[in-house]
Amino acid sequence: MGKKSNWFITTLLILGSLLILFPLYLTVTIALKTPQELADSFLALPKEWRFENFTEAIQLTNFFNALGNSAFITLFVVVLTLLTNSMVAYAIARNMHKKFYKFLFYYFVSAMFVPFPIIMLPIVKQTSSWGIDNLVGLIMLYVVYGLAFNVFIYVGYIKSIPKELEEAAIMDGASTWGVFWKVIFPLLAPMNATVGILTTLWAWNDFMLPLVILSDQELATLPLVQYIFQSQFSTDYNLAFASYLMALAPMILVYIFAQKWIISGVTKGAIK
Amino acid sequence: MHKRKNAFIIMTVPALLLFFTFHTYPALQGVYYSFTNWRGYGDFDFVGLKNYINVFKDERALHAYLFTFKFAVVSTILVNVISLIVAMGLNAKIKFQKTLRAVYFMPNILSILIVGYIFNFIFAHFIPEIAEGLGINALTRNILGDQDVAWIGVVIVAVWQAVAFNTILYLAGLVTIPEDLYEAASIDGAGPWRKFWSITFPLIATFFTINMVLAMKNFLMVFDHIIALTGGGPGQATESISLLIYRGGFEGGEFAYQSANAVVYFVIIVVISVIQIKVLQRREVEM
Repeated sequence: MGKKSNWFITTLLILGSLLILFPLYLTVTIALKTPQELADSFLALPKEWRFENFTEAIQLTNFFNALGNSAFITLFVVVLTLLTNSMVAYAIARNMHKKFYKFLFYYFVSAMFVPFPIIMLPIVKQTSSWGIDNLVGLIMLYVVYGLAFNVFIYVGYIKSIPKELEEAAIMDGASTWGVFWKVIFPLLAPMNATVGILTTLWAWNDFMLPLVILSDQELATLPLVQYIFQSQFSTDYNLAFASYLMALAPMILVYIFAQKWIISGVTKGAIK
Repeated sequence: MHKRKNAFIIMTVPALLLFFTFHTYPALQGVYYSFTNWRGYGDFDFVGLKNYINVFKDERALHAYLFTFKFAVVSTILVNVISLIVAMGLNAKIKFQKTLRAVYFMPNILSILIVGYIFNFIFAHFIPEIAEGLGINALTRNILGDQDVAWIGVVIVAVWQAVAFNTILYLAGLVTIPEDLYEAASIDGAGPWRKFWSITFPLIATFFTINMVLAMKNFLMVFDHIIALTGGGPGQATESISLLIYRGGFEGGEFAYQSANAVVYFVIIVVISVIQIKVLQRREVEM
């Protein structure tokens, strides 16, 4: 402590951060320019903010519909994942000495190494023939596929929670469910935050699963809408960038307010 | 006691059934179809190992594997080198530490597809325009449109995005190293290099393993970047394995054939991950 700040490294890092901020600067300015202004200069700030790009993009991409779909999926995926995956992990963590639960643990965790393309073709057939090629089906798939990684990190964390805490509750007559919801689940708060953040990022940004599962354009999520939009209106860059910016904005806003928790959440999840 | 047992069964069995139905069963189906000639519709026959033999003889598939490996290896190395440097910088005594950390981590929250579209514009219009203005002839063409160098464009975007995540992991490792180790080393006359190789690197060995394995695994599955940047082109220069399976399977009527390709892909990913973990962990022990 008390040492002087290293201005040399600070300067290098600030210069490096321009590589991250610059593409975002371009995105914002292009989204606000007219095609003529863009042709005149890529770099300059827009002289007048042209919000028509946004209103037009909203119409062309049916933006609020996609935003609603993405929000709906993400909300349900996160809530269901937290409630169910933690429960599965609890049962496994407290019974690891039994063969069945040990098998379950390795069964779920090994799925982390199964690349999605190997199930991609059959799962598309399956979801469409069962009539779940929609948002509900998609939510279920995210919750189920999340088990692989979430069981892995939850189990590690639950093992570190002393059993004495549960035993006291059992002595007081609490059922296993009571113990889980009243004692364990609240104690999982830091891990729940981590799983919640990682799941949000995944469900919100994922492109491949909605691409193959959803057949109805009305159900498209934000990334999927950009894909459809790009193939139809690829020439008007101002419009395209307004659309990109609107798709990125919700997450960026959340990040600005919650970056402290997001960074620590991701760190914990990956270390375990 | 019995009740407890039942509760644990109710907690896990539905999850087991769902997981089997929506993950394992389709995977097994994929393996099953890989021995047939199914096109995704209509009748089909068993063809034994024919699909597998054909995958190994298929120039397009071999090229996809080659591209994917080249891309994954180069990106994994670059991401790990850059993120370790950035993490050490962010861990140093710097000004605006919190803000800088927040900025460096931001790419991780952004959709790769949209980032890809933004960079697509940068490669196609922005860089050529600027290069022309500055008179740098080498950069006046869109690198994504050039068969030989398009993959470099994909690497740049992949690295830009992935460095964020790996930096955070390295940073998490670096903060656990006690400051007095460095002070003791300074007293013994160790320079920065010596400190890095004798203290920093050995002590973050587990993070190095995690980062290498995760990065490699993720890059081998590259899909979104390619869709947004090149669509696999020019020609098939940047067609990754995932993209090939997707295209051939859904659009090319090669359901069974691409299932065989997916099985091969799966085996390769498992083998690479296991080898990586074994080799890197041995290094951890030796240190």
